This record gives sequence, C-alpha cells and structure tokens, in this order.
Amino acid sequence: MSVQVVTGNHAAGYALSAAGEANRTSRGAACGIYPITPQTEIVEYVARFPFSKGRVVPVESEHSAMAVSIGASLAGARAFTASSSNGLAYMTENIMVAGYYRLPIVMVAVNRTLGPPWNIWADQGDTLMLRDFAWLQFYCETSQEVLDTTLLAFRIAEDHRILLPVLTCMDAFIVSHTQTETMLPEQGLVDRYLPDLDLPHRMRYDEARTIGGMAWPHEGLSQRLEIDEAMKRVPDVYQECRQRFTEVFGRDPGDLIQTTGTDDAETVLVVTGTIATTARELVHKRRAAGEKIGLVKLKMFRPFPAAALRKACQSAKRVAVLDRNYAAGSGGVFWQDTRAAFQGHRDDVLIQNYLTGLCGEDVTPAVIDQVLADLASREVAGDPVWMGIETGKETLQ
Amino acid sequence: MNATAPLQKSDSCLLRPGNTNCGGCGMSVGLTMLGRALASANDSCSLVIPACCGIVTAGAFPTTSYGVPPIAATFASSPAVASGYASVRDLNDEPGQVICWAGDGGTYDIGLATLSGAAERNENIIYICYDNEIYGNTGGQRSSATPIGARTTTTPTGKSETKKNIMAIMTAHGIPYAATLSIAHPEDFSRKLATALSMTGMRFLLMHSPCPTGWKSEPEDTVELVRIAVASGLFPVYEVFDGARYRVTVEPDGSDPAEYFHRQRRFKDEDIDLDATRRSCLDRIHRLRMLAREYPV
Repeated sequence: MSVQVVTGNHAAGYALSAAGEANRTSRGAACGIYPITPQTEIVEYVARFPFSKGRVVPVESEHSAMAVSIGASLAGARAFTASSSNGLAYMTENIMVAGYYRLPIVMVAVNRTLGPPWNIWADQGDTLMLRDFAWLQFYCETSQEVLDTTLLAFRIAEDHRILLPVLTCMDAFIVSHTQTETMLPEQGLVDRYLPDLDLPHRMRYDEARTIGGMAWPHEGLSQRLEIDEAMKRVPDVYQECRQRFTEVFGRDPGDLIQTTGTDDAETVLVVTGTIATTARELVHKRRAAGEKIGLVKLKMFRPFPAAALRKACQSAKRVAVLDRNYAAGSGGVFWQDTRAAFQGHRDDVLIQNYLTGLCGEDVTPAVIDQVLADLASREVAGDPVWMGIETGKETLQ
Repeated sequence: MNATAPLQKSDSCLLRPGNTNCGGCGMSVGLTMLGRALASANDSCSLVIPACCGIVTAGAFPTTSYGVPPIAATFASSPAVASGYASVRDLNDEPGQVICWAGDGGTYDIGLATLSGAAERNENIIYICYDNEIYGNTGGQRSSATPIGARTTTTPTGKSETKKNIMAIMTAHGIPYAATLSIAHPEDFSRKLATALSMTGMRFLLMHSPCPTGWKSEPEDTVELVRIAVASGLFPVYEVFDGARYRVTVEPDGSDPAEYFHRQRRFKDEDIDLDATRRSCLDRIHRLRMLAREYPV
C-alpha cells in the first residue's frame, strides 16, 4: 500500500479500475464512459487502465454510457461509470433502470451545479435529483474517502442481500481536483476485498427469460417491496462490509454517519461532503471554549440513516441543516429528510435549514458562524435561510 | 427480481404460438423467419428490444412469448445495451448473437444517435429494424420513417415530409453489412440473415413491416403489400458491404406502385401524388443499379 498525493478524481479512477480488474477471475469488467467537467479525469483513468479482462466503451452520450454498463452488468460483468451535473440529468432514464433491474453498478458522481446558468462548481443538486430511485448514495469529504467508499460500494452493491447500484459523490474541484495524501491499495488487496461478482439474475444466453417486460400491478408492487426490504438491510450490511474493509486494508472507511462532540451537544450542525471539514474545525474550537456544540456528517443519504441521526442528536435542542442544494419550491433536501426523521420521535427539536454553498459559493468558517448566530437567536424554526446572497450583492456592486 | 424457474430456451421457435400480436403483423413474420435462420445456421441469440411492439410481444411477467432471452432496453438505448452485453459475451468467448430488434421510432428517431455510435464503433452486434412506418405501439403516430402523404394520428391530413433514408445513413458509417429484407421474398431474406450471421462487427438489417392496425390494411394483404413495394421500387431490396459495395438482390419489375396505396386506407387519393411517386421509384432504382454497377460486390 503506497501513499500518494492524488486528486479525488484520480482516487475514483483508481478504485473503479482496481475493482473492475479484481473481477478478471470471473466474467470481467465492462463499462460505458463519456466525459463531462469536472469528472473527465475519472473516465480517462479508466480508459487507459490495462484491464486483463475488460472493455471500456467510449460512447456518444451519458445516456448510452449507463446503457452499456447496464448491458455489461446484465451479462454478469462488474460495471461502473462516472458522471456529473447535466450529464447525470441526461443519463437519468437509464440510472433509474439500473436500480429497478437490481444491478450492482457503481457510479462516481462529481457534484456540480446543474445549468443554466452554466456553472462548473460544487452543488449537490445533481445527485440529489436522483434520490428517489433505487440507488444507494454516499457523500465523501476527501480523496481517501472517495477511494475507500468506492471499493466499499462494490462490496455492498454485490451483496446478495442488497443487489442495488451505488452512487459515490464528491464536491466538484474541492475534492475532485485537489491533491491530497491518499493510501492507494495494491491490486492484491482489492482482489481480497472484492470476491468474484456473482449476479444471481444475470441473463444467460441459454435461458428464455425476459428481463424488463411488462408486469401486472401486483408483480410490480412486489418488486418495489423487495427494493424496500433491501434498502432496510443496508445499515447492517454496511457495517459488515466496513469491518471486512478494516481487516483487509487496515483502515476504517468510516461510519455511515460521522459525529463530532454530539454526546452532550445542545446545538448540532448536520452537514455533508467538504462542508464537514470546515464545520468540524469550527466545532472543535467552540467546544474547546466550552460550548455544547456537535457535528453530524451524513455520509450515507440513501437509504436515509434516520435512526442513527436521531441517536446522534439525542441531547440536541437546536439543529442546523446545511444544504449545498436547493429543491425549488421547498428547501434543502437533507433538511427535508432530517425533519422527517425527527417528526413523531422528537418534536421538541428546533430544526432550521440553511442553504449554503449553492452554485459553488465558498462555505467559510464565517458563513457557519453566521448560521450559528441565526440559529441561537431563533424562538421557532422558519423558512430555509439563504446564505451568501448579501455577499453576492456586494460583489456585484 | 424474477423468482420463477427459468424457462427453457427453444431451438425451434423464436416466437412462440399464443403470442398476442395482431393478425397480419409483418414483425411477427420477421421474427419467425429470424428464428428459422438461426436454427439453420445452428446459431442462437439474445434479443435487446427497446420500447416497441417487439417488447410487448414478450407478454406479461413471468411468462414470455420468446424462445430466446430478451432484454428490455429504454427507448433510445438498445444498441448501447447490446454493446455492453456483447462485450461481455466476447470477453468470455461465449456463443450466440446479440440482436437488437427495434421499430422505426427506436431506429430512425429517438435511438438514431445511439445506433450511429454503435455503428461507428463497429460493435459486434446485429441490428434489425422492423419498419412499420409509424409509432405502432402507441396507436399510430408519425415517425421520420412515415412516407409522404400517409395519414397518422399526428398527421391527420397526410404527412408532408418524405421518409428518411436510413439505409443511406447506415451505409455512410461504412459498417461491414447493411441490407434490406422483404418478407415477400423469404429465400432472399434467409440468405441475407445467413450472411449477417456469418459475419462479425456491426450488421444492420431493415425490414419493411406492414402493420394492418396502423396502415388500415387487410391482414391477408401484408405479404402482397411488401411484394408490390419491392416490385415497384418503393422498397428496394439490396445489400451493401463495408458501406461501399452494392448488390440489388431482387430486381424490381416495373410494377405500378398505385396498387400499394389503394390497398391501404392510411393513404387518401387526394394526399398522394402518384406521378411524383413513380418518378421517385424509378430514380431510387436507377441510383441503386448505378451503384451496384460501379461498385459491385
């Protein structure tokens, strides 16, 4: 295992390629790829990887990139791809199909603002748009977390109790293009961690089984119910796969929610991705000064870890949910699910939404200080608060 | 997930009896002939089918009218799904063809970019378009394969544009094999399928496929309509190797195309310019004969 200074994109390309290579002893690896800023380096990495038994198909659109991966997965190969922003929007129809076909495809998404206006910077609206399909979603903070989570994703996705595709997400540029020290495991360790893919419902050329034809309502319903049952098994399977990861790689890939100081915290910040790095630093400082404040980083968003989140916020009286996304006409997506997780369980908690870092705005310690000042001043929760707008006006003037 | 025991593949019957396709369906004839060609070549196939009558043919889960495994692809995606599926077949040295079976909507319209991508990459697949010149599955709307003058639910006074020349588009990709298929000429049909099955790389086949429901024609006229279309030059039957070498495989005999229009109630006399149609038939034949003469197989 070597430590190298690499970007999030490099880490993702490394993990996808090593996972694909690990299936050379079974039916191999295949995927469709298509470039889009800021994930292009991931598919470039995959395209130049010398697979022993694999094919990378450079297709004519994101829609076809996922379609090729669907075909490859249905044939029993390990399949994956990467995309971002409007690319994910264009791919969406086939993203949905991969979930409903129960295909263990892993996709790395670099979170980029959906256009227009055209904007290449970080915003999670692209992957959160996909939240209601049958995909697991993980949000990562560092290159190391991208690498670890991508490998973990294959193991969870291919577990016969799950058989669902996984999205591994990272913030545009802040992770995708920033070089940090990252442990890159040797192929032999990845081989040990990822057993040969055995897709029980893969297509076989000598069986006359139709996949994806018409189903009557009761058949469709039972297939949706099976997805729900698989989603409910994810937290336990995650812990098993995490434990195995630690055994093989000698490193803990982290829990599905990660907390700082929540044991006695009366004020809790709920964040995702790189906002966690800034917020954690601030929480450490304030706790050192005696404040009862804590941090929850949601690593897993689908399935939503409602029970774990409630547990982490046991002593909380006020919760600020920082969303780097905006669901038009509603508010932040993480806020919506956080409120739903508390409702009927803990109705005494003030849960306030802050829209921070949208369209690539920086979320600085000063922004989080403003969030906390606003939260402390509140008697009751109100509409989602837009952060950074005043700053934006000043910049325009 | 499919919990039922897998149905056994049928070597003798690609399209099983008991399917719910319409009487006189050209696509059903094509599927039957495809099954026979595979059996003759001692070959097998998996089908990749986008949204079209071909996937409705399969019937409701967990039954299937196909004697082979079909995958339902999204409307625009069959050549891309087939690319991934065939790649894994080839990585594992497995037998059998991967065949896209798609209507004209999935081929000429929504799936054209995907098809072009697969052709440009020379994917090792066979693509068969059964062209019934409408969105048949949704009840008969215009596609870019609908001929000029045809009434559809979205061209209630007759289509004003001419039919897209998909063969010209596909041959322009320089793919190993492109051919048109006539269900009125089964020997030619079978020979072309045998040719396609013996080759590798991208093979594109276009089948004229009457749809009595959409064409407002009589089911028993299905084969006769195709015979007139071929004889008159409305639907020339030919093959192109490497996008460069041409052969007309059934010579048109100069039949008048008028009968083709009279037998379908989608065409009204006032919407059809027969003289212009006759001229375009002659022109189409002349061009193909010239290509076959100058660039023979």
